[in-house]
Amino acid sequence: DNADSSTLHAVTFLRTSEILTVNSIGQLKIWDLRQQRNEPSQIFSLTGDRVPLHCVDRHPNQQHIVATGGQDGMLSIWDIRQGTMPVSLLNAHEAEMWEVHFHPSNPDHLFTCSEDGSLWHWDTSTDVSEKPSFLHQGGRSTTYFSHNTINQSVISAWLSNDPTKDRMEITNLIPNQTLSVNSLDVLGPCLVYGTDAEAIYVNRQLFA
Amino acid sequence: PSQVIPGTDPSAAQLCFAWGPAEMLLCQTRFGRTGQAPGPISQVLSWFLCWGFAGSKEVPPERSPSIFVLRKDQDIYSQTLRKLFNESHGIFLGLQRCEEELAGKSRRAQLVQVSKNYRSVMRACMEDLHQAAISARDPALQSQYSTQVSILSAMELIWNLCEIMFVEAAAAGPLLLHLLDWVRLHVCDVDSMVREVLSSENPSKHELFWNVVDIFVLQGRLDEARHLLSKEASADPTSVNMYKVLDDLMKKMPVPSLSNTQTLTEMELKWQHWHEECQRYLQNGTFASNSHMESICKILLGDEDAILEKKELMTTWYHFLVTRLLYSCPTVKPMELRFYAQSSMDLFLGGESSPEPLDTILMAAFEFEMHRVIKECSIVLSNWWFVAHLTDLLDHCKLLQSHNLYFGSNMREFLLLEYASGLFSHHSLWQLGVDYFDHCPKYGRVYLELHIERIPLNTEQKALKVLRICEQRQMHEQVRSICKIMAMKALRNNRLGSALSWSIRAKDAAFATVISDRFLKDYCERGCFSDLDLIDNLGPSMLLSDRLTFLGKYREFHRLYGEKRFPEAAKLLLMLMKARIAPCSFWMTLLTDALPLLEQKEVIFSTEQTYELMQCLEDVTAGKSEKLKSQ
Repeated sequence: DNADSSTLHAVTFLRTSEILTVNSIGQLKIWDLRQQRNEPSQIFSLTGDRVPLHCVDRHPNQQHIVATGGQDGMLSIWDIRQGTMPVSLLNAHEAEMWEVHFHPSNPDHLFTCSEDGSLWHWDTSTDVSEKPSFLHQGGRSTTYFSHNTINQSVISAWLSNDPTKDRMEITNLIPNQTLSVNSLDVLGPCLVYGTDAEAIYVNRQLFA
Repeated sequence: PSQVIPGTDPSAAQLCFAWGPAEMLLCQTRFGRTGQAPGPISQVLSWFLCWGFAGSKEVPPERSPSIFVLRKDQDIYSQTLRKLFNESHGIFLGLQRCEEELAGKSRRAQLVQVSKNYRSVMRACMEDLHQAAISARDPALQSQYSTQVSILSAMELIWNLCEIMFVEAAAAGPLLLHLLDWVRLHVCDVDSMVREVLSSENPSKHELFWNVVDIFVLQGRLDEARHLLSKEASADPTSVNMYKVLDDLMKKMPVPSLSNTQTLTEMELKWQHWHEECQRYLQNGTFASNSHMESICKILLGDEDAILEKKELMTTWYHFLVTRLLYSCPTVKPMELRFYAQSSMDLFLGGESSPEPLDTILMAAFEFEMHRVIKECSIVLSNWWFVAHLTDLLDHCKLLQSHNLYFGSNMREFLLLEYASGLFSHHSLWQLGVDYFDHCPKYGRVYLELHIERIPLNTEQKALKVLRICEQRQMHEQVRSICKIMAMKALRNNRLGSALSWSIRAKDAAFATVISDRFLKDYCERGCFSDLDLIDNLGPSMLLSDRLTFLGKYREFHRLYGEKRFPEAAKLLLMLMKARIAPCSFWMTLLTDALPLLEQKEVIFSTEQTYELMQCLEDVTAGKSEKLKSQ
């Protein structure tokens, strides 16, 4: 009770004993359930305008990577091991970002939906065909090697400060947008989202 | 028709009412009947034609009676029709946004496609309603659904005809083909009859056999008629000759083509020859022994009496019209339709029944009187949906330019405004209304400004959406007023942080001051700050109002004191007092805060600072004594 004086907009589990919340004055807070205090154990926020944050999601495998979406449509990626500021701020939508989700089994992929009626698919998976030299060398050791490299770039992909350096592909999945997309969820090859036009859309071939 | 409101007793007490944007509130007063004749209020009640009783708000009976809400437009609350509104909104927007650069045929094709989209949405809705009607248990509900299905199908019928006559603007030749399609799609249900006959063991002996053949001929489906007739021929060897002749005639009948393979005159010539050939066979008595085949031949010759004999099969005068045209004047020109239409209706109804509203509307369409179509539809239908979208489409076809209404806006805008205004009373469909207002150039903005402030904001997300809409259209007044409403709500619920973020969004300095005063009051009462996370992290929004800045700095003072950074704390405190941004009531508190600093073992205040402190104290006491004097 009375955890926050401003509206809590979203909450999610960080670990089994920790939860994340975002609120309407732009703060990302971590709460430790093991401690009995009524206060968050850590508070993160941007200096500058307190833009309300509407949604939060954490990386399925790397629990220190957290993504939030704000009222100005900005996507922020945070590393909660360090600092109180986000690692990268990506100008995304033209209006409130309502939901952000990492794909549970393919965390290189992130999905955001917004009041401006668009649903964006953020793809940071590196294109394997761009590194032919690794693949064409035969032998099991090569495969192991290239797998490692790819893994490394995945780790840094979300945390890199310059998303234009690592190739990130962003596609809008809605052909003719009209009203706001309020909510989305993704599992396997399926994407489902609901709009203000009172319609629910299901896309069963996300990665086709 | 007047509406009876359940629960009221006009003979016992008078009713009072108040208008709303799309509804009316009604309430029973304490005044009894004065013994006069029924007054103006009951007359008002009887004016409402399509008003439905939507529900009543119960107020504790010991205090006052119930309040009734009368809503005019029940359709927007229908589950299935909502889909119609949502989908048509998408089509509407697509139409407004699609390029006008295309001209001529491609533009026309584009508009026809839009019209077809609207119709397919209507049909999908009809299908849903039909399913709902079948599965409904409650007979009242079932009849309601069935009525809605028939209304929708009438609407689609009218729209389809308007598409053929106005949007497609089919020329002589293709016009007939489109009209045939129209009749086949909408009039009389042939399929069930056909299935029954074909699935029987001996189709040609089925009692409905000739009915089916006749209806095929009447609808110009000659191939299917021939297919059925072949069964008859194989069953009855004596009529083989007759059958062959009839089959041949049907096969050879010239029809207008959609492509440009033949000109109209060519077709007319061929048709004349064919017609004469049919005439010869009839006069030779080829079909004399079989009355069925003879009547079919007469129909092929366009004999009105023969066609009229099949009245029950055709069921409507417009089917009769199209059959007549098919067999007597297949190259009819659009402008000539009106004469045939009028005479068809007269012949078909034969003075037994008078035309119904649907008939009048269709007749107006045949006569190319668009405005009458729209006017009649507006009167008959309970909802503006149909006329608004149809008029918009016709306007895009540049067919309505000449008509301007005398109160400023044109007909298209008027209808769209009415339709959209109706949507705003719905808790969710109001968002569609916004887009419609956007596309009304003259009055749309004003209407939007008025309506958007009156949307009930029960959730924050809804308020955020409304605000986004206002901000995108630079409606600053509305932004301020909505933020103020939300901030007040938050304040009442003691959610000071929320209230503050609403004030910041509206850049409302006055309200920020109010909120800061609340914080300070809480501090005075409790001796400590609530919501430290908010005040500690104000950032640059602190500068929105003086009081807010003071609050932030005062909290900082406390923090510095708590961290034992006394010199800095003292400096800050002094600065706060000198800057005079503290409210008067707070000065004593500030001075009292200075006391522990003065009493410290180390000297914290410099000489100058101490003098300044004393100055402040004098000002405060001087102010206080003045107050006492004035009292």
